[in-house]
Amino acid sequence: MIKRDDGLRILARHIPDEIVVAVYSAAFDWVQIRPHALNYFGVGAMGLASSHGLGLALGRPDRKVIVLDGDGSLLMNLGSLATIANAAPKNFFHFVCENGTYEANGDHPIPGRGRLSFSGIAREAGYAATHEFADLAVFEREIGRVLEQAGPVLIDLKLVPGAESPRDYRGLYAAERRAAFRAAVKQL
Amino acid sequence: MSDSLPGAAIIAAVKSVGVRIVMALPDIVSSEGLLHPISRDPELRMVRVCKEDEAIGISAGLHACGQRSMLLIQHTGLLDSINALRAVAVEYSTPVCLMVGLLEKEPGVAPTKSGRYGVRIVEPILDAMGIAHHLLETEDDVPIIPKAIDWAYAESKPVVMMLGRRPTAP
Repeated sequence: MIKRDDGLRILARHIPDEIVVAVYSAAFDWVQIRPHALNYFGVGAMGLASSHGLGLALGRPDRKVIVLDGDGSLLMNLGSLATIANAAPKNFFHFVCENGTYEANGDHPIPGRGRLSFSGIAREAGYAATHEFADLAVFEREIGRVLEQAGPVLIDLKLVPGAESPRDYRGLYAAERRAAFRAAVKQL
Repeated sequence: MSDSLPGAAIIAAVKSVGVRIVMALPDIVSSEGLLHPISRDPELRMVRVCKEDEAIGISAGLHACGQRSMLLIQHTGLLDSINALRAVAVEYSTPVCLMVGLLEKEPGVAPTKSGRYGVRIVEPILDAMGIAHHLLETEDDVPIIPKAIDWAYAESKPVVMMLGRRPTAP
């Protein structure tokens, strides 16, 4: 298993200035690891990160869009895998932070924990490529190549929580952050 | 007063204010008059979604990139998307434009007077959420569309345009 903050630190080295949509625990880690105006957090819960990401990918096909989804979150919006595969944005990279739990809501297990395959579902939905990583060294070695692939690509990261990041929900979802994101996209 | 709602006029009105992407789920109310023609329109891109709340997220992402879009859905899908509307559109002040078929609403009858429970509750729910809404019942109502979409993007608010009858095919 990969410690989430370790994995995200490696990812951040490869995407210093790309658009990133992130949710819940991954978002709290990410904002510490890569504070940036091009971070997008206001997805409205209920698994909509991938859908916001699709809108961004269609709106800016010239830029990579990275989604740091949760496993519980994606289960709420599994149909988005078919929608995204059908829209086929080449710039869409869909990471699933699979820890097997609804970590932000009491650490309860997700349905199908340890049995269902997010990469399998995405592959059969029609994603251009899928990957699974459970080893940090392998992830570090391969992620650069993965990010050069044509999307949509799903990357399932088998994770455990790492060092705990501050849980500042209000700051994460602040209106100023959304305004800064729109301004930063305009400058790209 | 006209007693029809021409799909071609609706599509032209939507395009006239810069909408170039339509996220849709099939709805028998709009299928012939809007959905099929939009799917063939070279000036419009259709994104077919599996659930209506996906489309609210997509619309928000497009808006963040400076692009206008519209949802074309049924009122059942609107009701299913209440939480996404609450969070993304209302609480985050995001322009989201929804064109919504009122399945089985009787033509010429106000939605709140419909014999269909699901139709009757749409406007009261939108009122409770503070979401602006307009009824498109006849061709005379088509000029509402560009004004409503421009308003939504100017004010960063959601707007719902309800199809009070089946639009006619071009």
